[in-house]
Amino acid sequence: MWRRANGSSGRWGSRAMGAAVLVALAALPLVSPTYYLHLLTLTFCYGILAMSLDVLVGYTGLSSLGHAAYFGVAGYMVGVLATRYALGFWPAFSLALLAAIIVAGVFGLLAIRATGPYFLIITLALGQIIWGLAYRWVSMTGGDNGLRGIPRPVVGFGLHLAQIQSFYYFALIVTALAAGVMAVLAVSPFGLTLRGIRESGSRMRALGYNVWLHKYLAFVIAGAFSGLGGVLYAYYNQFVSPADVSLVASANALLMVVLGGSGTLWGALIGAALLVFLQNLISGLTQRWLTILGAILVLSVMYAPQGIVGAARVLVARGTAGPASRAAPVPTAEPHA
Amino acid sequence: MGIPFYVQQGLNGLSFGALLFLLASGLTLIFGLMRIVNIAQGSYYLLGAYVGLSVMHWTHNFLLAIVVAGAAVAAIGACMQRWFLARFHQQALPQFLLTMGFAFIFSDQALLLWGGDPQSVPVPPALGGTLVLGSVYFPTYRLFVIVVGAVVYAGLWTLQERTRLGAMVRAAVDDAEMARGLGIHVGKVMTGVFTLGAALAAAGGVMGAAFLSIYPGADFDVLPLAFVVVIVGGLGSLKGAFVGSLLVGLLDNFGKALFPELSYFTLFAPMAVILALRPQGLFGRA
Amino acid sequence: MAQAVTRRAVVKRGVFLAGAAVCGLGRLRPIAYAQEKAPIRIGFIADITGTVAQSGRDMLDGFQLYLAEKGSTMAGRPVDLIIEDAAGVPANALTKARKLVEQDQVHILTAPLLASEGYAVRDYIVDRNTPTLFAVCSADDLTQRKRAPVIIRTGWSSSEPSHPFGEWVAGTLKYKRIATIGSDYAFGYEVVGGFQRTFEQRGGQVVQKIWAPLGTPDYSPYVTQIRRDVDAVFAIPVGADAIRFTKTYRQYGLKDKIPLIGGGVLMDESLLRGMDPSDADGTITALMWSAALPTPQAQKFVAAFRARYAKDPSYYAETNYSGAQWIHAAVEHIDGKVEDQQGFLRALRAVQLPNAPRGPMRLDDYQNVVQNVYVRKVDVRDGHAQNTVIYTFHNVSQFWTFPPAAFLAQPVYGRDFPPCRYCA
Repeated sequence: MWRRANGSSGRWGSRAMGAAVLVALAALPLVSPTYYLHLLTLTFCYGILAMSLDVLVGYTGLSSLGHAAYFGVAGYMVGVLATRYALGFWPAFSLALLAAIIVAGVFGLLAIRATGPYFLIITLALGQIIWGLAYRWVSMTGGDNGLRGIPRPVVGFGLHLAQIQSFYYFALIVTALAAGVMAVLAVSPFGLTLRGIRESGSRMRALGYNVWLHKYLAFVIAGAFSGLGGVLYAYYNQFVSPADVSLVASANALLMVVLGGSGTLWGALIGAALLVFLQNLISGLTQRWLTILGAILVLSVMYAPQGIVGAARVLVARGTAGPASRAAPVPTAEPHA
Repeated sequence: MGIPFYVQQGLNGLSFGALLFLLASGLTLIFGLMRIVNIAQGSYYLLGAYVGLSVMHWTHNFLLAIVVAGAAVAAIGACMQRWFLARFHQQALPQFLLTMGFAFIFSDQALLLWGGDPQSVPVPPALGGTLVLGSVYFPTYRLFVIVVGAVVYAGLWTLQERTRLGAMVRAAVDDAEMARGLGIHVGKVMTGVFTLGAALAAAGGVMGAAFLSIYPGADFDVLPLAFVVVIVGGLGSLKGAFVGSLLVGLLDNFGKALFPELSYFTLFAPMAVILALRPQGLFGRA
Repeated sequence: MAQAVTRRAVVKRGVFLAGAAVCGLGRLRPIAYAQEKAPIRIGFIADITGTVAQSGRDMLDGFQLYLAEKGSTMAGRPVDLIIEDAAGVPANALTKARKLVEQDQVHILTAPLLASEGYAVRDYIVDRNTPTLFAVCSADDLTQRKRAPVIIRTGWSSSEPSHPFGEWVAGTLKYKRIATIGSDYAFGYEVVGGFQRTFEQRGGQVVQKIWAPLGTPDYSPYVTQIRRDVDAVFAIPVGADAIRFTKTYRQYGLKDKIPLIGGGVLMDESLLRGMDPSDADGTITALMWSAALPTPQAQKFVAAFRARYAKDPSYYAETNYSGAQWIHAAVEHIDGKVEDQQGFLRALRAVQLPNAPRGPMRLDDYQNVVQNVYVRKVDVRDGHAQNTVIYTFHNVSQFWTFPPAAFLAQPVYGRDFPPCRYCA
């Protein structure tokens, strides 16, 4: 369980910080060059993906290497419906989300039986199946060329999101709502049960909880939110390709969760921002981005296992309460039976 | 589809499976003992192949290339295990992430050192011919790979089942605390097994580079295949890795030859099915 | 109190006056001054890491060689080459395009390598009206059904060399029955499709079409499926797959029995470097470039490239060298006034390069290049493999001899188009 520095005042503190960040993000388009708005919009799309994965990794203790599959299924669905059938935003969005939920529902049945490294590999395999489908079903997905020409949506009240400034606000609102819902989920009885399962599945079983059902529901919910990220992404880039459902995409999502700090939701967003900004800014300066990413990962595991958020919390705790608060390090989320 | 077709594809599948075994055996041994999902196993394959390539360039000695590559990568593996992974004993996620981080670093550094052009290790002339049996053709080199795979399996099995060292490893796998109590230095055993796994992958890399070429990205191309093998066979089981590699090699070959439309799915779909029915794999422990 | 007239005071005052004069002068002619020295910004979307790293590297090398030869100056203005790495991922290419256009405000972009990347950026560059040079990205449709005024394709379309090659193979080599094997994606479909169309028009028959997934590790199941009763095998595996394929082709005894022909990329210099010469020897392919092209301008380029990079220039390198040459010609034509987007685009469309390393180049009405196509045969001399040119087609366009309207009325080449009418 994640400990806060001090009880309720910590809660208000983080809420105030959250509000401040939101206000800052809302004000940004007034001052920032458009390129940074682009990067932030990308961050929001991946941020939703990462947060949804955190529900699995940080809260339920299940590390998945195939989570980009639902992101992609929803993205492709939006692409096909918007380009081929000229569906508007709300119908396309709903059907895409439904598709992600269905796929997660089916895959969950196969995956939840496994635990730990088996879960990792079976989710990898399932993700690869979706990737193979995206590649081979050329008539539907465009195959390797990808699906282009997705029009920016008209969201209602004639709000056309063609300009980056308007789309940015839209993405910000969607992300804030998604984060809000997932945060509420995290502190709900369901969320607390998940955390219990992460700590020890057998104990929860002994206490009478239906562990399988909880894990399955978490998987499907995570898949649904992943799909939400995919919808946003498809409308933003106006293009989807098999690279968006590849193993690399799923691994990147996992990295975002881990580097930001699993089990905190915030961490996933920060991890997404870190990866998007770092990758784009550093790849302009050096070709050795992959080495740098690898080094960051190694160093993070060695010296900041709870990610950025965890490290920040430790610093805050030390700062506010002095040496007495130097508690023993909290173990990282473990994939669990 | 006559007999020659089945013989031909069977042989192809066996040779590919033998190569996979070299990669997967290390993966499964490492997991069996240390519960580490070693993402860097593909990198060991890659680095082994590139080191072997350089040695071949300088000396034209294939055997030397395999030995040097094995030794060099084994050293890298040993360092990785002792200085980084050992600190996170029994913590699966941090270990997994560490191996991933190293995999990225190795991948990029290999690109830097050996460049981006795809290259192949020249096949030693003694093994360069083609065996012909009616309408069935089979390169001598691939037969060599099958033989090496079988010999390595026999060697590893003997090591595991018939030697004192193997007994120590088996004891440590069963119950590390107990083994320590009996005076077995479990830490050294772990480093040893990790090193062996890395060396096997590197040897596999050199042998594979001779008929599959080596290029940036080969590490992440072979890794999923190796994972399929160990998962199907059962994580931690040597016999499982052996049977799994044969199965995967044959399935892949026959799948591509008989159902070319489904080429992208011939590996992962059956694997998902097997896992759905028997999550611990064919020979794994539940 | 009166200031002492010291030497120091005089010097100070003198400097101040001189400075004011310079500023004043500067203000008198600010615009002309700024135009002449302000750099021309070229945005280069490279793929120098990831799966196509080496080809991306070659692209950059070729472009930078040209700039180095011209002192990085065009029409008196310095050239600022801003390089961003997309790593072969379409979404990255789009993000980099956004950065180059919106943040760096480049005057012209160069397109990334892969077709998927090209499609990813297409709508964006059209929306922003940014002139974009396509030197390598060869997806047929980008200058056909999906063409746009800002797409200046100086490289090639995937099927462009295949059309004349199909006729040549039927007419000159007199092959009648051919099996094809290609990488299972759009580029493979387009290269094979163009070949099949003209080959069958001339009376040939494609009796087997095999598709192998990109990145196939082991080609043995495919190679062993090839029918033995064919006159030749036309192959277009891509990248590292080409090395594996040719090796397997020889190891399974086919090389001695069935001649190997294929798309030019199969035997591109970037792959020949890593291939066993005996795997490549004798293969006949068609492309708009060969490092063994005996013309003076080609050899001059090859010598310069070898001197700087110690390897033979592949088509990735040549297309970018001549691409830079193309941009230069357009810039000279408008006296360096690249800020005038429409004028710049008009100039880019109108460029004709009679002496590019690969030969004469100009654009057709759809803004794709019209150029020579060379039939090359791999020759091994002193252990070094090269693409000896054995025939030249002149003035080849993306439509070959077909009227554009009729060509466009048909679907783009796909896995099943043209259909395999003679397949068993």
